Amino acid sequence: MRRIISMLLENEPGALSRVVGLFSQRGYNIETLTVAPTTDATLSRLTLTTTGSDRVIEQITKQLNKLIEVVKLVDLTEGAHIERELLLVKLKATGAQRAEIKRTADIFRGQIVDVNSAIYTVQLTGASDKLDAFLESVGETSILEVVRTGVSGMARGDKVLAL
Amino acid sequence: MELLSGAEMLIRSLKDEGVETIFGYPGGAVLHIYDALFQQNDIAHVLVRHEQAASHMADAYSRVTGRPGVCLATSGPGATNTVTGIATAYMDSIPMIVITGQVQSDWIGDDAFQETDILGVTRPIVKHSFMIKRPEDIPETIKKAFYIATTGRPGPVLIDIPKDMTAPTESYEYQYPAKVKMRSYSVVSRGHSGQIKKAVELLIAAKRPVIYAGGGVVQGNGAELLTSVVRELGAPCTNTLMGLGGYPGTDKQNVGMLGMHGTYEANMVMHHADVVLAVGARFDDRVTNNVKKFCSDAKIIHIDIDPASISKNIAVDIPIVGAVDLVLKEMLEQIKKTELVADTEGQAAWWKQIDAWRAFHGLRFDLNDSELLKPQQVIESLYKATQGDAIICTDVGQHQMFAAQYYKFDKPRQWITSGGLGTMGFGLPAAMGCLIGKPDMQVVTVTGEGSIQMCIQELSTCLQYGLPVKIICLNNQALGMVKQWQDMVYQGRHSSSTYEESLPDFVKLAEAYGHVGMRVDKASDLDAAMEECFSLKDRLVFMDVSVDPQEHVYPMQIKEGSMRDMWLNKTERT
Ligand SMILES: Cc1ncc(C[n+]2csc(CCOP(=O)(O)OP(=O)(O)O)c2C)c(N)n1
Ligand SMILES: [Mg+2]
Repeated sequence: MRRIISMLLENEPGALSRVVGLFSQRGYNIETLTVAPTTDATLSRLTLTTTGSDRVIEQITKQLNKLIEVVKLVDLTEGAHIERELLLVKLKATGAQRAEIKRTADIFRGQIVDVNSAIYTVQLTGASDKLDAFLESVGETSILEVVRTGVSGMARGDKVLAL
Repeated sequence: MELLSGAEMLIRSLKDEGVETIFGYPGGAVLHIYDALFQQNDIAHVLVRHEQAASHMADAYSRVTGRPGVCLATSGPGATNTVTGIATAYMDSIPMIVITGQVQSDWIGDDAFQETDILGVTRPIVKHSFMIKRPEDIPETIKKAFYIATTGRPGPVLIDIPKDMTAPTESYEYQYPAKVKMRSYSVVSRGHSGQIKKAVELLIAAKRPVIYAGGGVVQGNGAELLTSVVRELGAPCTNTLMGLGGYPGTDKQNVGMLGMHGTYEANMVMHHADVVLAVGARFDDRVTNNVKKFCSDAKIIHIDIDPASISKNIAVDIPIVGAVDLVLKEMLEQIKKTELVADTEGQAAWWKQIDAWRAFHGLRFDLNDSELLKPQQVIESLYKATQGDAIICTDVGQHQMFAAQYYKFDKPRQWITSGGLGTMGFGLPAAMGCLIGKPDMQVVTVTGEGSIQMCIQELSTCLQYGLPVKIICLNNQALGMVKQWQDMVYQGRHSSSTYEESLPDFVKLAEAYGHVGMRVDKASDLDAAMEECFSLKDRLVFMDVSVDPQEHVYPMQIKEGSMRDMWLNKTERT
């Protein structure tokens, strides 16, 4: 099953490499990974998505918790949560395609953030499957370049991941 | 407050941590540290002949004393030479402090002379590691390193120190921190009382209980409590390779080691048990055989300090996360207080069955008709000569398994072996580390002619520091364990497992290093030679014993089988 694991990490050199190293050492896979500082300069927030059986996920969270630099960790998929990813995609947009792409972007509530006579660059946020669906709708042939940030997320309601 | 240089702060911090000895080897990046060592008398330094040996010595020092050993190496090749030792300690959860020099900080990343990213190299084999960025951080980092290495599930911690951090030209106010604070590292200690209660209920009601005790009992100082729990329950106890000595080896409730080369009775007991209490053990593949067929009739209770060990290989019914000693203490109290009554009839039948298994096999081996010694005989003779009281270190191979099977360990920290990594070359430096930690003990290394050659250079260190290690080399003229697998799995094709007349004369070699060499070729000479070896109290003796090259280690579990599927000798299986 796909999981979103989010953690507070000591903002120290080497901390990230320990997290990433753990996945390769133990043969777990990382599908997406995002990391950035928080309002507390000593902490980073790292969110990753991974897949595995319940047994593997349990091991992943236990092993991550053992890393000295991991301060706090939560598996967001265990409860109600908000998941967002940002996509930028550069699309071939000439002739009839121009209107079509604009329409599709509107349906997905995307924004065209850069334009020239042959190209639209679309920005879209949402859960990963929404981004997948958008890319599928515009079709592979018009896609020139794609960049995705990877998943970020938070629990819904009162729950906070903070010190 | 005192003003000290970085190097002086390092040495002082180690002293304030209680360190008496450092095992190491100098080089450019640690010269400031060596100069500071030279100018003090609190900490002794043992100069090894290869940094691998320094790391094994520090590791064995920890294993035998319970206090973390410290090793020191220079940057680049010095640091990389410690890698095998770090991995060895990591796999067996041994607390150890590794200090490596690094090129000066403004050269890092420039491919400077003797620069290696040792933090990167060792990341998967340390519990944690640090790089010193400011000299004033040295005391606190040392404090943290010892704390992390010794608490929770112990392990090696590496501290990489760029040369400029230890420069004698700058001084800093020195104060050793009294406490460490780390928001991201907390250690569980007591187990959950409710879980312990459930475990006790299960154990008391069991018809066929067994206690399976691992290295965590030894390292976690739980041996005495374990013994009380086992006696109180009246159940059989089996030890893992790492756990030997955690329960008295000569006790009648002990059924011996379990696993790949475990005793017939231990593996049978495990397979037929209805309740298994695993204590400080991790269901290693060398223990369980095929996990799908492991103890299929048993409810499993697992006590371990590391939550990640629980249900990693085998799903358990009652997990108890906590320090082995504290959990066992509470368990013992609950067992004593309980009003539940044990199934005495069931247990009597269980013991009858166990005795029958014991009588059937009980580590039998055939003697040769000739004077050619069996390796098992040598271990039995060693046991007699040392009254079962010596610290036994080993290398890796058949000799290691024979020592595990035939020497009976009554006390914890008496058996020092590389279990998880299986590191050939560990034996001699390990024995040296033990002698430095416990200078009044008899320390033996049981080795093979293959393994001993992996750290043989340390014979020179032994002379320099007067370390009277007794080396018992079971010389079967082959990489015996490899050859055994080739016999059993590859139709006897001995690919690169023999040496074709190229072995050195170990007697002369020992003598060349200034020690005593002895050779034993005949069964009738064995006991007398063994006596003589141990009568030479202050000398290192290298005893080269020719043993039957055809001998295999049995029992041996059959791959993909259950615990009870074993070869009992070359032709007979369960
Ligand atoms: C450093 C290292 N290299 C290779 C091995 C694989 N290995 C395991 S046992 C063994 C043979 C050991 O030979 P010896 O020391 O003579 O012991 P014996 O089995 O003959 O008693 C080998 C090569 C190992 N465990 N460690
Ligand atoms: Mg050999």
